[in-house]
Amino acid sequence: MTQTAGAMTAHKIAFQAEKLSVSYGSTMAVKDVFLDIPQNQIVAFIGPSGCGKSTVLRCFNRMNDLIPSAKVEGRITFKGQDIYDKRVDAVELRRRVGMVFQRPNPFPKSIYQNIAFGARINGYQGDMDELVERSLRDAALWDEVKDKLKASGLSLSGGQQQRLCIARAIAIEPEVILMDEPCSALDPISTLRVEELMQELKQKYTIVIVTHNMQQASRTSDYTAFYNAKATDQGGKMGYLVEYDRTEVIFQQPAQQSTQEYVSGRFG
Amino acid sequence: MTVQSPTTQSQSLWRPNRDRSRLIQSVVKFICGAFAAVSIVTTLGIVATLLFETISFLQEVPIWQFLTDRKWTPLFASKEFGIFVLVSATVMISVISILVAMPLGLLAAICLSEYATPRTRKILKPVLEVLAGVPTVVYGYFALLTVTPFLQTFLPNLKGFNSISAGLVLGVMITPLVASLSEDAIYSVPQRLRDGAYALGTTKRETIVSVVLPAALSGIVSSLILAVSRAVGETMIVTLAAGANPTLGLNPLVPVMTMTAFIVQVTKGDAVHGSIAYQTLFAVGTTLFLITLALNIFSFWFVRRFREKYD
Repeated sequence: MTQTAGAMTAHKIAFQAEKLSVSYGSTMAVKDVFLDIPQNQIVAFIGPSGCGKSTVLRCFNRMNDLIPSAKVEGRITFKGQDIYDKRVDAVELRRRVGMVFQRPNPFPKSIYQNIAFGARINGYQGDMDELVERSLRDAALWDEVKDKLKASGLSLSGGQQQRLCIARAIAIEPEVILMDEPCSALDPISTLRVEELMQELKQKYTIVIVTHNMQQASRTSDYTAFYNAKATDQGGKMGYLVEYDRTEVIFQQPAQQSTQEYVSGRFG
Repeated sequence: MTVQSPTTQSQSLWRPNRDRSRLIQSVVKFICGAFAAVSIVTTLGIVATLLFETISFLQEVPIWQFLTDRKWTPLFASKEFGIFVLVSATVMISVISILVAMPLGLLAAICLSEYATPRTRKILKPVLEVLAGVPTVVYGYFALLTVTPFLQTFLPNLKGFNSISAGLVLGVMITPLVASLSEDAIYSVPQRLRDGAYALGTTKRETIVSVVLPAALSGIVSSLILAVSRAVGETMIVTLAAGANPTLGLNPLVPVMTMTAFIVQVTKGDAVHGSIAYQTLFAVGTTLFLITLALNIFSFWFVRRFREKYD
């Protein structure tokens, strides 16, 4: 069962998914998702493990292309353009749609090079020092690392590494940032800093975040999509979108019984 | 539900034999320790033998003569002991071989790890390792009887025994070593680093060159050094294909004699125990040992210095 948020029309649409299904080999991971992602808003994907929320997220920048057995059906448009069209270059799409991963994954390079790498690869012609500083400032990391830009990115703490990865993502000036459980490996204080950061980034970027943490979804997001999984005949699990609406509606008066049970912590 | 405390009745069913466990534990520990000690004792024995004989060699031949003579004629009436005659041959052939093995092995490793489908990888990797299992004497004959005549068709000055043919074939021999160990290093770079690069809009080539290879650098370098050590110590190919003619210099077209080839020559002959020829054997052996030891120490240092820790 799928629902589209009624209040969505107030915003411009970044992504539009229609009847999106993803399978790995013969296993259907998530089926028939209809979803609009509004621009300059934070959309949270919540749901129990195996419900396909990360899988859907990884369709928006075609990261699923990298998994040989993955098959994407249906249609996703980004600002009106079908991103799975043959003429669309996934490499170019990923420059416009950045991603932050579950575990911090800075490159084994210096802090400076971690930021400069993506910009250089994408042919940035401007002042690199200025770009590195601006990106680190935007990611609320500058003050902590400005004296050790030559140190390895791996020498930072987990929370700092994750903010470095955010800085790296925003350095190439994407339009959207996808976050796949960005705080699951972080302590509560680092988590809070990332959440504050998201509120600032929202001014410039569209953010889609997958989270296991319902408080995080309710604190940070404007819209929330609840996914659930059901058992299939083959004994596996298949994810589907249950309900999608403004975050306060999902958490206070959801239309579906299972959403109500999930957000009140009765399962998942 | 409350947890019941164990009753006396159920306790009587459990009678572990702690003494027996402890005894077996200490016996196992002793046996493992003894076997581990065998390898240490053997190594120490070899080093001690090398050192004692080398010391008595150096009492006969001053070390400056060993290092500065320009000829190597320990078995002749007029003896000269210029070790660099042998070292130059060993170094030249090793360099040629690594110049072959580095590009071949690295490209094969990148191809297997990054481009091959899992199925291709599963087939190709064992095939590559079979190449490492070919007996070196076969490689030696291949170099002498196939590669040298082939090279002579466009290098008319090439002698029947030469470094270039031995070096090329030796390079092929150590390629699987480089490929296999580098492939392990490249394959073990965490997938999330590649994902991080792709998510910034990099192509596959950019990801491999800028992120994967630097991350695997320590493993790649140590595989190269191990391959060089292997080349330095290789005996059969160089004895068969490079000749037994001690020549100082770095001309790859003429016959030379490597350190290993010299050792073969003397041990095949009838060097009397305690004679100078006999002691020379150990002096050369010690030199060989020191070279590979230096390479291994460098590799060890490099890996510790540059290895990235991904928890």
